[in-house]
Amino acid sequence: MSDDTGHRPGTEVATVDEERYPIPDPGLEPHIPRLADVDDRAANRATRQVATFFGLVPLLSIGFVVVYFAVPGDVWVDFGPLRANTRNLLLGLTFGLALLFLGVGAVQWARKLMDDEEKIDYRHASASSSDDDNNYMLTELDKVVDESKITRRKIIGRTLLAALATILLPMIVGLADLGPWPTKRRRAETIERTIWAPGVRVVQDVTFEPFKPEDIEIGQLINAEPANLQELHGAEFQIEKAKAAVIVVRMDPNTIKIPPSRQDWQIGGILCYSKICTHVGCPISLWEQQTHHLLCPCHQSTFDLGDSGVVVFGPAKRALPQLPIALDAEGYIIAQRDFNVPVGPSYFERDSRNDYEVGDI
Amino acid sequence: MAQPAATVPDETAVQAQTPKKELGPVFKLASGPTKWLDDRIGVAKLGRPFLRKVFPDHWSFLLGEIALYSFIVLILSGIFLTIWFKPSMAEIEYEGTYELLRGIQMSEAYASTLGLSFDIRGGLLLRQMHHWAAAVFVAAMLAHSLRIFFTGAFRKPREINWLIGVAMLTLGLINGFTGYSLPDDLLSGTGLRFVDGLIRSIPIIGTWAEFFVFAGEFPGELIIPRLYMVHILLVPALLLGLIAAHLALVVYHKHTQFAGPGRIEGNVVGYPVFPVYAAKAGGFFLIVFGVLTLMGAMMQINPVWVFGPYNPAEVTAGSQPDWYMGFVEGGIRIMPNWEWHIGSTTWSWNVAIPGLGLMGLFFGLMAIYPFIEAWVTGDKSEHHILDRPRDNPTRTAFGVAAITGYALLMIGGGNDIVATQFDVSLNAVTNFLRVAVFVGPVIAFLVTKRICIGLQRADHDRLIHGAESGVIDRAPSGKYSERHKPIGTGEAFALTQHDDTPALLPMADVDGMSVREIRAEQLRRRATRFFFIDTLRRPTRAELVEAAHHHAHGHDEIGADGEHHAIEAEEEHHLAK
Repeated sequence: MSDDTGHRPGTEVATVDEERYPIPDPGLEPHIPRLADVDDRAANRATRQVATFFGLVPLLSIGFVVVYFAVPGDVWVDFGPLRANTRNLLLGLTFGLALLFLGVGAVQWARKLMDDEEKIDYRHASASSSDDDNNYMLTELDKVVDESKITRRKIIGRTLLAALATILLPMIVGLADLGPWPTKRRRAETIERTIWAPGVRVVQDVTFEPFKPEDIEIGQLINAEPANLQELHGAEFQIEKAKAAVIVVRMDPNTIKIPPSRQDWQIGGILCYSKICTHVGCPISLWEQQTHHLLCPCHQSTFDLGDSGVVVFGPAKRALPQLPIALDAEGYIIAQRDFNVPVGPSYFERDSRNDYEVGDI
Repeated sequence: MAQPAATVPDETAVQAQTPKKELGPVFKLASGPTKWLDDRIGVAKLGRPFLRKVFPDHWSFLLGEIALYSFIVLILSGIFLTIWFKPSMAEIEYEGTYELLRGIQMSEAYASTLGLSFDIRGGLLLRQMHHWAAAVFVAAMLAHSLRIFFTGAFRKPREINWLIGVAMLTLGLINGFTGYSLPDDLLSGTGLRFVDGLIRSIPIIGTWAEFFVFAGEFPGELIIPRLYMVHILLVPALLLGLIAAHLALVVYHKHTQFAGPGRIEGNVVGYPVFPVYAAKAGGFFLIVFGVLTLMGAMMQINPVWVFGPYNPAEVTAGSQPDWYMGFVEGGIRIMPNWEWHIGSTTWSWNVAIPGLGLMGLFFGLMAIYPFIEAWVTGDKSEHHILDRPRDNPTRTAFGVAAITGYALLMIGGGNDIVATQFDVSLNAVTNFLRVAVFVGPVIAFLVTKRICIGLQRADHDRLIHGAESGVIDRAPSGKYSERHKPIGTGEAFALTQHDDTPALLPMADVDGMSVREIRAEQLRRRATRFFFIDTLRRPTRAELVEAAHHHAHGHDEIGADGEHHAIEAEEEHHLAK
């Protein structure tokens, strides 16, 4: 049954509302057969395609098993500048192509051979419940309340509420030991101190060798750690290293600004700063010799080591903490004491009044 | 009412003589177990509504499927990885096959990741598949949400499913990030360091949150086991539950469809689940699975052995998070260094605003948008016919503005790479982006809106004047005009299906309304003007009939223009007096 335009009957009845439907629904467009529906050769070709895709899957699956057991793990294959592990590549190729061909075969089958006539489903008139449903729920819920006797014995309801509210308490309080509480005293023992102490030698961070001023040339930067870091292991080592890492730089004393209060923190243009960025705590590492700028590779905060480590660009606010250094009897560089401010990123209880700011003396 | 097209009236006469179709061998084999099941749970009754359920066909409906399938691949490959991965920060000396790291101290987590990459056959493949699937999962969710947004599929009755989707996108980001942190290589440790700084920056409770998350100071020795629990149990369980609810609601509401002949609010036109969609969707799952496997085989991702074990004193230049965290990274990088030092406290806005505020803003705006639009239009009806992006220019403009802001932030996340690759100053890139993230979306909004209105005009011209034929006639007087051919009723029907929401003038008659009601309604009317004042009005049936009549007589003059939307002062509005 179709009208003279070839459209199949659809929803004319539903679209009489002139305002909503300025054009009446012409109904579903006529179904146009595909080539494979009318031409046997095309259908056979599609069948062969699907069968070929499916037929390759067992071969590839077996290929995967063969590769798994037969190809050693230390064979490499080169593609110009690229280099790949042969076993990994072949395992992935066999398994991946097997999956892909199975999927492509199924889709091709659906596209070319399965009936492609569109069908119509009708929606629920609306998700809303009928008045009948609503009335039923209301009257029955009312009965439920009556049957439970809760309205006549209110004390049950009140105590129940109190019980439900407090039963959560053990579950929440049970989480209070997630970590130690950062009380003032614990903060002072943890995030507000490092293992730098009077007389601790400044050592190279990989070899743990101490060094003397004459080992550093002007413009040179050395990544360093406190010598006592070596005694620590495991988590303790990582925690302390994450705070104590420093950089030692030597600059020409005539080209940098050293405030009077920090004159004795340095040795002839050799200065020592915390390596931990005051923004979110990345270890800062990019040193611009000419400008004395130190750039954090994570978020590009830039600090001027020739000016007490103040921020010259980027999202960090506070200057890099400076470690006062001196020389020991053998001439090696040592720390005078711990940092005067906490190192690393900001936290709420941090007293930031002692940090160096531009203009401080 | 529609009838199956195959039903020919006189076929019944033939059928009366055909014996009942003999069941095939598979049916016979399955009949025993099926009967057993049916006697217990009624499988035929349960399956009946779903066997031939209809789904509409459109390429853009596949985006959500890609997200679902990559999630399944994530679960399958993730289970494989858990068999060998050790979520432990205990320090050991590496003795495995990768020679360059032999003898080096590292965590068991990192060592077992190296073991998976070098010693377990197929381990590297599965590791790379898992990582690629995560990247694709988030990308597909985002693309799917854009499809939903631009077609207005979030409108009543699907707001709940939209909210579920926003929740899944958030969880997807969280799980991506926790997974990124597990191998405990240099890059993932740096990512954790960033999270530590982020958590610390939360005003008032930041230090407490940091100590609770890391069980003390960064990095401690519990964060990786904890992230492991979050990554393989907590978030996947939540995601699975939400996915089940998401799909159940899709089935319950039935899928939306684009406008077209025979497609109206009350029906859904498409192919049945069996056999067409079972083959197409099942096949598509295998295609996604296969492509992810080929990516795992041929495209290197996260080569942790190159980065080395985590060392809190080292970081490499050009460090980048996974792509989906790029916009947060960008916000962190281009934020000015605002920090308050009040008394003995520090308020680290330079980290808290972009780090936490940006994600909150992004997902918060996404979550409330459907409710804002519903409030503006005052529309309480259900919508099952999808808009095209042009049908609601302001919504589309908001979407493109959001994409623009997101993209600019993402560029900010690679500001160092932009600076080195294009040989420009890093500071210039950063300063430019600080302005561009505010100006760019505004420009994108204006341009998108104009483009949509232009497209609306093109539709309007096709409806009123017909399709351009390219044939120019010259009248004896010398006047030129172009012949137009009328478009088909199917297309005309499709072009007149979108909502026609009026822009409302301020109320003149406010008798009997409280000050609050007046203020709310005037604000809403102002919003309707912002949304709809310059969108084109849908032609009425009378205008279309008139145009067809006119068309039958002559040609349209070149330059004929679509009318502008007139402001309609609807004083009879539903506000009770």
